[in-house]
Amino acid sequence: MTRPPDRPEPEPAGAALAGEDYPAEAAQTPAARLAAYIRGGGIIVPLLTALLAFLTAGLVMLFTGHDPLATYRAIFEGTGLQWLFPWVTGEDRVTAALNLQQTLIITTPLILTGLAVAFAFRAGLFNIGGQGQYVMGSIAAVWVGSSFGGMPGILHILLAIAAACLAGAAWAGIAGLLKATVGANEVISTIMLNYTAIYVGLWLFGLGGPLQNDREATLPVSNDIVEGAKLPVFWGDPVLQGLHIGLFVALLAAVAFWALLNRSTTGYEVRAVGLNPEAARYGGMSVGRNYLLVMAVCGLFAGLAGSLDILGWQFRLATNDIQAGTVGFTGIAVALLGRSTASGTVAAALLFGALFSGTSQRNLDPSIFEPELAGNLIPIIQGLVVLLVSADVLVLSLLRRGRGMLQPGRASRRALGGREGDA
Amino acid sequence: MPIEAPALELRGITKRFGPVVANDRVDFDLKRGEVHALLGENGAGKSTLMSILYGLYKPDEGEIRIDGEPVEVDSPAKAIELGIGMVHQHFMLVQVMTVTENIVLGAEPRRGGLLDVREGVRRVRELSDRYGLAVDPDAVIEDVTVGAQQRAEILRALYRDARILVLDEPTAVLTAQEADELFQVLRALRDGGVAIVFISHKLGEVLEIANRVTVLRRGRKIDTVPAAGATEQSLARLMVGREVLLRVEKPEGKPAGPALEVEDLHVRDDRALETVRGVSLTVRAGEIVALAGVDGNGQQELVEAIAGLRRPESGQIRVAGEEVGSAGVRDTCDAGVAHIAEDRQLRGLVLDFTLAENLALREYRSPPLSRHGWLSIGRMNSRARSLLREYDVRGGDPGTLASSLSGGNQQKVCIAREIASNPHLLIAHQPTRGLDVGAIEFVHRRLVTERDKGRGILLVSLESEEVRSLADRILVIYEGAIVGEFPPEASEEELGVAMTGGGAGQAAA
Repeated sequence: MTRPPDRPEPEPAGAALAGEDYPAEAAQTPAARLAAYIRGGGIIVPLLTALLAFLTAGLVMLFTGHDPLATYRAIFEGTGLQWLFPWVTGEDRVTAALNLQQTLIITTPLILTGLAVAFAFRAGLFNIGGQGQYVMGSIAAVWVGSSFGGMPGILHILLAIAAACLAGAAWAGIAGLLKATVGANEVISTIMLNYTAIYVGLWLFGLGGPLQNDREATLPVSNDIVEGAKLPVFWGDPVLQGLHIGLFVALLAAVAFWALLNRSTTGYEVRAVGLNPEAARYGGMSVGRNYLLVMAVCGLFAGLAGSLDILGWQFRLATNDIQAGTVGFTGIAVALLGRSTASGTVAAALLFGALFSGTSQRNLDPSIFEPELAGNLIPIIQGLVVLLVSADVLVLSLLRRGRGMLQPGRASRRALGGREGDA
Repeated sequence: MPIEAPALELRGITKRFGPVVANDRVDFDLKRGEVHALLGENGAGKSTLMSILYGLYKPDEGEIRIDGEPVEVDSPAKAIELGIGMVHQHFMLVQVMTVTENIVLGAEPRRGGLLDVREGVRRVRELSDRYGLAVDPDAVIEDVTVGAQQRAEILRALYRDARILVLDEPTAVLTAQEADELFQVLRALRDGGVAIVFISHKLGEVLEIANRVTVLRRGRKIDTVPAAGATEQSLARLMVGREVLLRVEKPEGKPAGPALEVEDLHVRDDRALETVRGVSLTVRAGEIVALAGVDGNGQQELVEAIAGLRRPESGQIRVAGEEVGSAGVRDTCDAGVAHIAEDRQLRGLVLDFTLAENLALREYRSPPLSRHGWLSIGRMNSRARSLLREYDVRGGDPGTLASSLSGGNQQKVCIAREIASNPHLLIAHQPTRGLDVGAIEFVHRRLVTERDKGRGILLVSLESEEVRSLADRILVIYEGAIVGEFPPEASEEELGVAMTGGGAGQAAA
């Protein structure tokens, strides 16, 4: 009944439409806040958020004595996105193609770890455990992929992927189960499970570990997966790390995410639980069961990401990869920037994938782009995105200054079908 | 001596939100030592007007004068500085802090840079004595009653030297007794020279407390009339713009077999206290049974148990002869129980869902709304469209978010959904809470219609007026037990005595 006196509701259009009731007086779950945020500014706000992040990062470069424009240009060329321009020809086009393949290879798992966080957001949960779920998926995939040598290729791939999905789902399911049964905060439990997953990996593949490779006892690496378990490359040279078909799997997963959430009774329950758990219970849903289910689905997405990386281009798992990996964590920024919608997550994953490949050591021109800068630029931009998205209120109010551009009332009147601007 | 300027004057206030005109050239004036009621239906623009006065919104046109001087109120801080105090409908208190801490928050008495608690307590005592605002300065907010929390809110305004006090629907959260106490406080404040704006849509209390009444309708000021000489009927007409039936007209009921039988039910609340202690009751098909009682006497837990939201400790619940004792919500619904929840915003609706999605909340799992786990958006929309039309829900189509409807229309959505599930038993828990007269009339008529269709209706209400006008039988609940049964002709006093525990043992049949 009593709300903390933080801020009055400066939501003019909402107030007018809701009549005398002060709007937003129901308990604000994260998902409800997200819903308000999604309504707030269409596609403008995430674009503005990204733009602000880039501008601020540019200022950092400027103050550290670099030329932001030249740097961003170099990054863009490193992404290979200019391949899309028909006027890029000859040698440039060949290089661009190679770079774009790298960009998309990195984008693939980011789409999935983004979905892993986004799905939880939509149910009012915060899945920080994408990294651990990704690692568990990788472990399962590399184990299955490097065993069963005689299996037919397709079956082997499907088996490895299924094992990875299950491993990720089970791992995240632990957090879901704890949340559903004893109310343990999923933020804490997923963070803890990240560490656990990483150390399980270090032990399995470390020196003397049970899954360490059979050939080189001094290397803390897994066995290589067998040739038949590798995902086919459909663009570029398999030897030069061409683009594997995992990209389509990730895009399919995004479509499945959208359909599950917006078109299935399960998704209806998930969204209801996320927006108002009390109303969900009143509607006859089991909130706890949904928490468990949602976390398992999140883990499935992240585990799938792990398997695609292993079967697509890594082919083996080394302990230092496990330790240094950030794909799961970047998924948080991807989901935030993509506003937990399917299409938004794909777009945000592409942005971060491009950033990673554009700043990767391979594409550097050391005269513009020192390695120190390259290595630190992504974390800066990523951090800024998370910060700015968290400060959504700030971005929205900046936007409102401009006035007239957005009319929340109108945005809220979109028809039922695809109202999140997903499709 | 020249005529004293009014304490507050609003002149030609216009406020638009996009295409919606929330206030249209509204004039309002307030004299020292008067209570001026601002009356209007939900959405009439009362809160918008007061938000402008309090600096939360900037008016598009118009002028605010205080003591005859034009002022610009661009923030709540400025409003406070100008001596305007606001008591919101939803309190702005920090639950874990004491009454005194809440009151002085933001204007703390200091000594040597530290909070001077003793000085704060002294000043709170002084104010509370002067106006009869009984509070315990050292009590923690979450431990005190809603009435005391409200008094703390008023004290907070007075502590900041408010000379103009705005109360937004102050009685909405109070019991009848607490409301009476509030009125005494308001009279004391008025006589002490404080000018009071009293926002309400309850006609009776406006007539009781106000000196003058200004009626708003659809953003426009309709009239300002002295309370003396006005009647509920005349005010309702100004408010709604047509004649309103304040009493429900209902034919004699024709009760049939039992729709709900509860036997010796015991239920515990969240703190494991037994709040329902051996309730037995029957609601027959085709009758409205009202459960009357002061808030917090076990109604909440009783309703939740019958609706399947709370597992009873012991006892039996049968719906149309079928035992549903500890079945969950879903099975209870399937057995034919519908439940208009007390709080439509917290429980009855998912505010960020569309109306079509909200209307599907009970039946999304079964055809025609879904098949094999996949929703049929088309059928959800078409079903919603026909329900919205049937229940005259205004301001929304199936794709509108529930949050953008007014309270009355939100309630209609809840009622439409529950009745559409074609229940044997309809539990209506405070079905008209926070609604204006027009919407109340709609809800009451609909309940009578459903009764006449042969549904059993269990009405749980804190409003004795509503109970007496709607019910075929009245059961009084006190401390978790039914302490008496009364016919609808029972007097307010009789019910009041029973509701406060005085009538135990002398129940009339």
